[in-house]
Amino acid sequence: MTTSTRGDRIPAVLVLEDGRTFRGRAYGAVGETFGEAVFSTGMTGYQETLTDPSYHRQVVVMTAPHVGNTGVNDEDPESKRIWVSGYVVRDPARVSSNWRAQRSLDEELTAQGVVGISGIDTRALTRHLRERGAMRVGIFSGQAIADEAVLLAKVQASPQMKGADLAAEVATTEPYVIPAVGTRKLTVAAVDLGIKAMTPQRMAERGIEVHVLPATATLDDIYAVRPDGVFFSNGPGDPATADHQMTVLRGVLERGTPFFGICFGNQILGRALGFGTYKLKYGHRGINQPVQDRSTGKVEVTAHNHGFAVDAPLDRDSETPYGRVRVSHVCLNDDVVEGLECLDTPAFSVQYHPEAAAGPHDAAYLFDRFVSLMEGQRA
Amino acid sequence: MPKRTDIQSVLVIGSGPIVIGQAAEFDYSGTQACRVLKSEGLRVILVNSNPATIMTDPEIADATYVEPITPEFVEKIIAKERPDALLPTLGGQTALNTAISLHEQGVLDKYGVELIGANVEAIHKGEDRDQFKTVVEAVNAKIGHGESARSVICHTMEEVLAGVERLGGYPVVVRPSFTMGGAGSGFAHDEDELRRIAGQGLTLSPTTEVLLEESILGWKEYELELMRDKHDNVVVVCSIENFDPMGVHTGDSITVAPAMTLTDREYQILRDVGIAVIREVGVDTGGCNIQFAVNPEDGRVIVIEMNPRVSRSSALASKATGFPIAKIAARLAIGYTLDEIPNDITEQTPASFEPTLDYVVVKVPRFAFEKFPAADATLTTTMKSVGEAMAIGRNFPEALNKALRSLEKKGSQFSFVGDPGDKGQLLAAARLPTDGRINTVMRAIRAGATAREVFEATRIDPWFVDQLFLIKEIADELAAADRLGPELLAEAKRYGFSDAQIAEIRGLREEVVREVRHTLGVRPVYKTVDTCAAEFAAKTPYFYSSYDEESEVAPREKPAVIILGSGPNRIGQGIEFDYSCVHASFALSAAGYETVMVNCNPETVSTDYDTSDRLYFEPLTLEDVLEIVHAEQQAGPIAGVIVQLGGQTPLGLAQALKDNGVPIVGTSPEAIHLAEDRGAFGRVLTEAGLPAPKHGTATTFEQAKAIADEIGYPVLVRPSYVLGGRGMEIVYDEARLSAYIAESTEISPDRPVLVDRFLDDAIEIDVDALYDGTELYLGGVMEHIEEAGIHSGDSACALPPMTLGGYDIKRLRASTEAIAKGVGVRGLINIQFALAGDILYVLEANPRASRTVPFTSKATAVPLAKAAARISLGATIAELRAEGILPSSGDGGTLPLDAPISVKEAVLPWSRFRDASGRGVDTILGPEMRSTGEVMGIDAVFGTAYAKSQAAAYGALPTKGRAFISIANRDKRAMIFPARALVDHGFELLATSGTAEVLRRNGIEATVVRKQSEGTGPNGEPTIVQLIHDARVDLIVNTPYGTGGRLDGYDIRTAAVARGVPCLTTVQALAAAVQGIDALGGDEVGVRSLQEHAAHLTAARAK
Repeated sequence: MTTSTRGDRIPAVLVLEDGRTFRGRAYGAVGETFGEAVFSTGMTGYQETLTDPSYHRQVVVMTAPHVGNTGVNDEDPESKRIWVSGYVVRDPARVSSNWRAQRSLDEELTAQGVVGISGIDTRALTRHLRERGAMRVGIFSGQAIADEAVLLAKVQASPQMKGADLAAEVATTEPYVIPAVGTRKLTVAAVDLGIKAMTPQRMAERGIEVHVLPATATLDDIYAVRPDGVFFSNGPGDPATADHQMTVLRGVLERGTPFFGICFGNQILGRALGFGTYKLKYGHRGINQPVQDRSTGKVEVTAHNHGFAVDAPLDRDSETPYGRVRVSHVCLNDDVVEGLECLDTPAFSVQYHPEAAAGPHDAAYLFDRFVSLMEGQRA
Repeated sequence: MPKRTDIQSVLVIGSGPIVIGQAAEFDYSGTQACRVLKSEGLRVILVNSNPATIMTDPEIADATYVEPITPEFVEKIIAKERPDALLPTLGGQTALNTAISLHEQGVLDKYGVELIGANVEAIHKGEDRDQFKTVVEAVNAKIGHGESARSVICHTMEEVLAGVERLGGYPVVVRPSFTMGGAGSGFAHDEDELRRIAGQGLTLSPTTEVLLEESILGWKEYELELMRDKHDNVVVVCSIENFDPMGVHTGDSITVAPAMTLTDREYQILRDVGIAVIREVGVDTGGCNIQFAVNPEDGRVIVIEMNPRVSRSSALASKATGFPIAKIAARLAIGYTLDEIPNDITEQTPASFEPTLDYVVVKVPRFAFEKFPAADATLTTTMKSVGEAMAIGRNFPEALNKALRSLEKKGSQFSFVGDPGDKGQLLAAARLPTDGRINTVMRAIRAGATAREVFEATRIDPWFVDQLFLIKEIADELAAADRLGPELLAEAKRYGFSDAQIAEIRGLREEVVREVRHTLGVRPVYKTVDTCAAEFAAKTPYFYSSYDEESEVAPREKPAVIILGSGPNRIGQGIEFDYSCVHASFALSAAGYETVMVNCNPETVSTDYDTSDRLYFEPLTLEDVLEIVHAEQQAGPIAGVIVQLGGQTPLGLAQALKDNGVPIVGTSPEAIHLAEDRGAFGRVLTEAGLPAPKHGTATTFEQAKAIADEIGYPVLVRPSYVLGGRGMEIVYDEARLSAYIAESTEISPDRPVLVDRFLDDAIEIDVDALYDGTELYLGGVMEHIEEAGIHSGDSACALPPMTLGGYDIKRLRASTEAIAKGVGVRGLINIQFALAGDILYVLEANPRASRTVPFTSKATAVPLAKAAARISLGATIAELRAEGILPSSGDGGTLPLDAPISVKEAVLPWSRFRDASGRGVDTILGPEMRSTGEVMGIDAVFGTAYAKSQAAAYGALPTKGRAFISIANRDKRAMIFPARALVDHGFELLATSGTAEVLRRNGIEATVVRKQSEGTGPNGEPTIVQLIHDARVDLIVNTPYGTGGRLDGYDIRTAAVARGVPCLTTVQALAAAVQGIDALGGDEVGVRSLQEHAAHLTAARAK
C-alpha cells in the first residue's frame, strides 16, 4: 500500500458545445478528447462502465463523487479495452483498496490513453445536461489548453452522436465461440454490435454455446452456425443507421427462429417491426432504474445505458408484418419503452441490461425466458 | 392494487422512553407512519409512554395513549379501541416484543386484530439466531452466496464452555437473543470474560439463550436497508459501510453511505443475499436491515443479522438518501405496492427504485462516558453511544470533518497543532476502539505512522486511511503556505476544514479566517438531497453545503424564520428540544412564514424533509449557521432566527450570531446572558426581592473555599453555562472541594465555578412559563418527587403539584413573572425553585424551552412551544388566547381540581454500562443528570399515575412479595409509614439489622438479612445480594448513606439492575411507590387517551 502525495496538478478544462466550461485537473491521460457528454448515476461498477462498448465516443460524467476506490482488476472488464472517449469524476481515489485490485484506475486510464478531468462540480454539469440534453463536449488538459473560443470551436466541429453508425467500430471482426458451461443444450448466434462480456457469459451459464459474430454478419453467416436462437447485442450509436442489421433481423423473424435482443438489439427489433426510434433528451444511464414487466406487474431494478429508445404505443398491441407486438416492459420513471414482445413470432427484446454488469441481477430471468423460447421451438 | 379496504383502524406501538439503542429515530419513523395512515383515512390508535415525542402529539393520531407499553396495558387499549390491525414494526424492539407477547398470549386472536407489516413467523426467523442461521443456509443453497459465522446456541453456562471448544477457541463473540441494541453482547478473550459476558447475556435474554460465534473481528462491515412489498418487489434503499471494522456495534461506529470500498460484483452479491434473506424470512411488506461482514482478504461474506422492522439504521438511511422508509413501510403495510407510491422528492418518479447518491454521508456517534466515569469506555458489540450526528458532503473528507464538528464536543474535531505524541503509543492506543479513536489515528499519522501501520493497528480500510492522510496533507499545506490564498483556502474548504481549524493551523482567530475567506469570495453552495443524483428535478428543498460551483437554493417571497435545532442527542439535551423546534416550525408555517430548519441529528423529526419548508442538514456551529443565514438572505426576506428552542446548542450561538448582524427573535442574547450569568441574575433577583440560596462564584480553590466556609457545607458546585448538570456535585467537605476544583478543566475567568448552599430536604419545583413582555402564562408547575439535590432531569415529578396549595402557586406565579420581566423574556422560560422552611428559593432560570415543555404541554393539553414560537415573532398571549392556541382563560396554574395527574419518570441507562472489570455502575442519583429519557403516567389520581410511570419506565411495581429495606439514618423517620403500608399490603419485609431494629421498635416486623459485607452465614444464610440474584426479592428500597459507606449499597443496587428488580433510592420515591401499590391493589386500572383527557380538561376549564 502506498499513499500518493498531493503532487502534480495538471490543469484541465471541460468545454460543452453550448459554451459552458468547467475547470479542474487532469485525470488519466493528458491531452484532448471529444465525444457526447452523458452522465451515469451508478455508484458502483466504474470498470464495467468504462469497458462497455456502448459508451464508444461518449464522455461519461460520473455522478458518484468517489471513483477508483477499488482499483482495477482483470476480471471485471466487459470488453478488452476502455471505450469511453473521456472520463469526468469529482474525487478520484489515490489508493486502490480491494483484494482483487491489480492496479489503480488512474494508471489504467493513462495506459489506455483516456483523457479525463477531475475536481469539477459534476452535479452542476449533470444538472446542465439534464436541462439542456446530452451534447458534445471536449476535455483539454496540459498543452491542449488554449483560449476558450478556440476550444469551443473544436468541440462544435466534432461529430454528432445522432446519425452515427458506430457498431462496426466496436464489434469483433472475427467470429469466436463462448462454450457452454457444462453440457451444451443450445446454440445461439450472437451478433456483436458492441457486446458486453457478461452477456454470452450469462447464456453460457445456462448451457448455451454462444457463437459471437461480427456486426456485419449476414443471414447466411448466422444460419451457418445452426442456431437454436439468434441474439442481437447492445452497442453504440444511432439505431436509425443500423439498416443492415435490421434487414438481417427481418430475415430471422421470417424464418421464425427465436430471437432475443438487448439495448441496441431492442432498437433494431423495433425498427424491424416497423417502429421508429428517437433520441432521448439525456438518456438512461445508471443501475437503479425501475422497469415494470407489464405482464406480471412486477418491478425490477435494472441497469440502463441508452440514449435512444423505440417509439411504440403503450396502450395497445400493434399490428406488424410479423404479427401482433406488445410493449412488454416500461420504465416507471418516464414511461419509456423498455421491452418488446412479439405475440405471434418467437421474438422479444429489452432496452435495458439483464446481464447487469454493472448493476442488479433482477432481470436475469430474461435469459431463462430466451432458453424456454428456444426449447419451446425445438420441442 | 391499491390499499386494503378491510382495515379501518390501526394500532401503532411506539418505542417508549429514549434509551441507549432505541432513541428518537423511532419518533421520526412512528410520526411518519401515523401521519401516512391518518392521511389514508384510517383511524390511528397510538400507544407510547414517552411524552417528549412528536408522535404522541394529539393531532398525529386519532387516539393517543400515553400508557405503559406492556402487554397488559396494550391489551386494555385493544379491548377499548378494537382496532382492525396492529402495526408493530415502527416502534423498535419494544414494539416488536410487545406484539409478540400479545400474539403468544392470544390477545390478538381474542380481539381479532391482524398483525400487519410483519408476521410472527418472520419476526422469529429474523430475530431468533438459530432460525436465522437456517435462513442463511437456505439462501446459500439458492444463490450460492452468504453464510453464517460458525456458531453454537447455548442455554446454560456448561453449554457455553463446551461451545468454545467446538468453535476452536478464543476469542468468541457472545450474543444474547432478543435484546435490543445488542444489549449484553461482547467479545470474550478468555474463560473469565466468557463467564461474565455469557452469564449476563443468559440473564438478559428473555429466552435465556446466547449465541457463541467465531470471531470476525477486523472484517469490513456493511449494512443494507431493504424494502419489500406484497408483490415481492424489493429495493435496496441504501448501503452503509462502517469506518470502524467488525467488533464495534454499528450504533457506535462511524458509518458512511454509500458503501465506499466495494466493486460492483461484491456489492451485487450483498444485494442478492439481502433480497434472498428478506424473501426467505418472509417480511411481506415493509423494511428491514441486514448486516454483513466481508473478509478483506478474500471477500468471504457473512450475514450477521437482520432486523425485520424499521431501525436506527433505516432512519439514518432515510435521511441519507431522502427515501422515507417508515412512511413507505406504513403504506406497504396497508396494501400499496412500491410502484404505486410516488417518490416525495421528485414527485414524478415512483418509490420502486433504488436511490443513488452524488454525495457522501458520514454518521458519527456521540458518547456520554464523562457522565459515567466508572464505566469501561472501550467500544464493543454492545451499543454505548447516546446520540449521533450526521453530515453530508460532496466527498468523504468534507462529510467527515462536518460530522466531527457537528458532535459539538471539545476535541471531536481534528487538531493539527502541538505535539501529536509518540507514534508507537498512539498506534497501540488506536488498536482498541474507543470514543475518539479517529482522533488518535490522526495524531498517529501526524506522528509519522505509515498507512500500513495504521491499517495493521486498526484494520480500518486502507481507502479510509488514505483519506485521513489526505486531510493531514491539506493541513500541512495550510501550515506551510506563505499566505492564505484563494486556491488553498478553497481547497481546504472542499475537504471540510472549518474556519476554526484553519485558524488554529495558521495561528489566527476564526473571525479573521472568515473575513479573509469572504473577501476572497470563498463561500459554500447548497446542494439538494434528491434520491437520484440530479437525474430528475427535486421538488423538496433538502440541502447540504459544499464548496462546489453551483448553488440550488431557490429564491422565495415569504419571510423566512430559521429555527436552529439541538444537534446530536446527549444526556441533558435530547428529543425534548427537537420537539419544541418541530412545534415552532408547524406553528410558524401555519402563521404564514416560510420555515427553515437547521440541524444535524439524523434521528429526529426536525430533520425529516417534511417538517419544515426548507431543511439544511448542517452542523450547528457559528460558521455553518452564518453561511446558511447568508444563503437564505440571498434567497429572500428573513424574519428572524430562533435560538430559544433547541437547548443549549443554539443558545450558545445567540450572542455571536447577533454580533454578526443576524436578527435573533424572541428573548434577546442580552437577556439570555442576564439569566445565565450568576452575578447579573443575582441582581435581577435582588431587584425583584426574591431569595436565592447563598452562593458565590470562584475561579480558584481559595475563592471557592472562602465561599463554602461562609455559607457552610454541604455546598453544590458546578460550572456555569452547562446543561444537564454537567460537572455538578454536592460537596460535603473541603478536601472534596479542593479535588473538584483541581479536576475541573474548564474553569476560567469567563467560566467560573458556582458554589451554592445546598438546600437539604427542600421540595424542588419546576415551572414552565410564557412571557410576552406584559402578560405571563404559567404553563405548568411540577413538583419533584425526589428531594433537592437530584438533577431535575433525573427526578420524577407530578403535575399538577401534589402538595402545593393555592398560596404556593400564587407565590410561584409572582416570582416567575418578576424574573421573566426582569430578564426580558419573550417566549419560554423555565425556573427551578426550592421550597425549604417555607422560603421559596430561586435555584436557576433558563430563558428557553426546557426539557419539560413537551411533558407540560401534554399534561395540560396546551401547545407551549407553538405559543412560544409565535411570541418570539411578536404575537401576544392575548392574541394567542383569541386564536385558540392558548386557552381563552386560566393557565397551567389554575388547572381544575379534577384535572388528571401526570407523573414524569426518568429512565436511566445503568444496565448499559460496566466498569473495566465488568461490574455494573452505581445507580445513585445526584445533581448531575444521567437519564437518557422519560416516560409519563397519566390518570385521575396520583397513585395510579405514579404506578403507570413505573410500569412504563422500569417494569410494574410489585403488589405483593418481599420488600428489602435498607435506609440511611437521616431517612429512617420518613420510612415508618410507608413501611407499615407495605406490610398492610401483605409484603414480607427484609431489612439489614439496623433498619430492622428501627422498624421493630415501631411495631413493624422485618426479617433480618445479612449484609453483603458480612458474607454468607455459618449455616449458609444468604446475603441480601445473593437473595436478589436468586430472584427472592421483589422490591428494593435502598437510600445512599451520605458520601461514604456506599459499598454495600452499591452491590445491592447493581444486583437490582442486573436482575431487573424495582429499586427505589430515595424515601420520597418509596412513599410514592406505596401510593402506586395502593392504587394497583384497588379497582382495575384503566386507560384513557390524551384526546379524552383534553376534552375533559377543556370542559372543566369552561365551567
